[in-house]
Amino acid sequence: MATGFQSSSLASNTATSTLAATTGGSIGEINKYDFRTDSPAVFKARRGLDATIVEQISEMKQEPAWMRDFRLKSLEIFNSKPMPHWGGDIAIDFQDIFYYLKPTEQQGKTWEEVPDAIKKTFDRLGIPEAERKFLSGVKAQFESEVVYGSLAEDLAKQGVIFTDTDTAVREHPDLLREYFGRIISPTDNKFAALNSAVWSGGSFIYVPKGVKIEFPLQAYFRINAESMGQFERTLIIVDEGAQVHYVEGCTAPMYSTESLHSAVVEIVVKKHGRCRYTTIQNWANNIYNLVTKRAMAYEGATMEWIDGNLGSRLTMKYPAVYMMEPGARGEILSIAFASAGQHQDAGAKLVHAAPNTSGRIVSKSISKNGGRASYRGLVRVEPGAKKSRSSVVCDALILDDRSRSDTYPYIEIEEQDVSIGHEASVSKIGEEQLFYLTSRGLSEAEASTMIVSGFIEPLVKELPMEYAVEMNRLIELQMEGSVG
Amino acid sequence: MTAQSQEKLVVTGLRAAVDGQEILKGVNLEIGRGEIHALMGPNGSGKSTLGYCIMGHPSYEVTAGSIELVAADGTRHDLLAMEPDQRARAGIFLAFQRPMSIPGVRLADFLRHAVTNVRNPDRKEGQELMPMRDFRSELKAKMADLSIDTEFARRYVNDGFSGGEMKRAEILQLAMLRPKFAILDETDSGLDADAVRLASQSIAQIGGAEMGILIITHHEQLLEHNIPLRTHVMLGGRIVESGGPELAAELHKKGYERIRAAYPDAAAAEESMQESNDNKVPLKTQAVLA
Repeated sequence: MATGFQSSSLASNTATSTLAATTGGSIGEINKYDFRTDSPAVFKARRGLDATIVEQISEMKQEPAWMRDFRLKSLEIFNSKPMPHWGGDIAIDFQDIFYYLKPTEQQGKTWEEVPDAIKKTFDRLGIPEAERKFLSGVKAQFESEVVYGSLAEDLAKQGVIFTDTDTAVREHPDLLREYFGRIISPTDNKFAALNSAVWSGGSFIYVPKGVKIEFPLQAYFRINAESMGQFERTLIIVDEGAQVHYVEGCTAPMYSTESLHSAVVEIVVKKHGRCRYTTIQNWANNIYNLVTKRAMAYEGATMEWIDGNLGSRLTMKYPAVYMMEPGARGEILSIAFASAGQHQDAGAKLVHAAPNTSGRIVSKSISKNGGRASYRGLVRVEPGAKKSRSSVVCDALILDDRSRSDTYPYIEIEEQDVSIGHEASVSKIGEEQLFYLTSRGLSEAEASTMIVSGFIEPLVKELPMEYAVEMNRLIELQMEGSVG
Repeated sequence: MTAQSQEKLVVTGLRAAVDGQEILKGVNLEIGRGEIHALMGPNGSGKSTLGYCIMGHPSYEVTAGSIELVAADGTRHDLLAMEPDQRARAGIFLAFQRPMSIPGVRLADFLRHAVTNVRNPDRKEGQELMPMRDFRSELKAKMADLSIDTEFARRYVNDGFSGGEMKRAEILQLAMLRPKFAILDETDSGLDADAVRLASQSIAQIGGAEMGILIITHHEQLLEHNIPLRTHVMLGGRIVESGGPELAAELHKKGYERIRAAYPDAAAAEESMQESNDNKVPLKTQAVLA
């Protein structure tokens, strides 16, 4: 039996990333994400997970009863579900994690209002600078809460909502309840249930009919404390004919114990709307990154996931697009880089639930120094989804003999009149390519990095320039010390 | 040694093997900066192998002899002790007969790295590249000189290039890197007559008093604008005869029969090398082609 996508509800996604639009700074500065700041929490729940902790989180947030009940029910579902028996090895002691850590009393509307120690963190990550240069809005989450939020004034005037999800529960309850937990049910998978029980922070976005947001909205997720679990919850609603590009980045310093990042991201793209969601996760290599991401695309709507996974110990993440009405389009571009001690189990899901829908998955994975990169993907065509078209291309590059790449493509087609294509390739960096580049004066390390950068170029060029620059920097960091 | 005023690339008694089979059986060659030398010989005689050995291809094992750069003051630098990138930084260049494609890497980006390293041999990884503005204007000028469309620089290195485009890309790299010594390995192969003429003119334009060039070729046309000071004939892994430009003309017209007859040992070596290499064109066919 295949492990993996056999159930109709699997899904997990990761959402870690680094985003950072950083500028300046040379590659020489070794992992600039691996630093800790001393920022005392204003509240920290005790270690472990039970109904009391869940109630405490809900109480701290002064939530309505429906949300508290949703959390408690989700906890039961979490406890009743077995661990996934496929994907990677998950060695997490759920009682050893801190599930809620409130870093500050209130969210800043300007960076000056953010406590110094926290602000310093985001300064180092280049977020305020990026915001000034090319973003329409920013959310910065530190541990469990969003500590800073901004949105361009003209967008607010047009009715765009960009807030943290906790605030949305209070201020936009009707809009939120229409979709919250409806795209990804707590019963979907164990980690979706966990997130539903203890979620905190994340982004809530509403883009009204016909509003096209030109510059990206960005969220940055930072775990700073040890043994901290981060469980943000994001909901994006793109109304008819509207357009948004949302970018998330995630980093954490390296600790000796494992941490857990388990997000849920739900997206609705209505008729002729367009949403692009870009993730560049660069978690520390001791973080389990187990994330569920799913979008529903309606008539003529387009949903694009661009998913870059560089960090984490184990990532299990398969962004999904359900094409619900005719003409919907789903596109998933995935990059995974697995180095020593890392397993990237990443991929994508496309579900054609209506006629004339089209999808594309492009996956590029790189493994080196004993890392393991797996592509796991599902293309499903429901009965009646005539004239649906999907193509899947996955390419793997293996940098040495100790590293591993696997492909797990699942295809379920219940309709005759469709066109589905799948191509896969595995390659190694060739001695001849290296010789050619080194004969022109490039060191072997530079040559390898260049070959790897070229390998992912088709995906990187889809990123806005600032992120493309960041992605290339991250690849260079990953490649350091990989030769010799 | 007598006092030297000219920098030289000196190959002495070079023996080299690939996969345990000896290809070079004692090659001697000396090229001064500013000189053009032609290297001719039948397929499989070891011409490309010599180029690879000078550049440091990891598949070729040098078993005896030396390859040295001799400075104007007589100081000798052992190329065999250097990695390929160090050799490039020391001023050696090999134009590949079949250049590798590097998908996703733009020719301009690759060249900017290469030029930066070659011009600052002590550059450490991660240090600044040559300023983009300077690089671009220089590249643009060189491309104009060589009648290459600027769009070319944005393409991925040799990816989907025609044979002619690959050779032009090699010549462009030669022009940008301005090595002290360049080995051009059949830069004319796979090109039509017009393209060979253009390549020949381009090389003449790039070379000059600052560059020593070893032109490996089967044909005469590439030498039209690059009259060799010396022509060397390789057979069975050795340079068996050297002469002036008239030797190239003779070989082009009459083939290698006279050479084979004059050097029976080398011819025998060639035959045995051919036998153990199925991929090469059979000897008889070669003679007809020559």
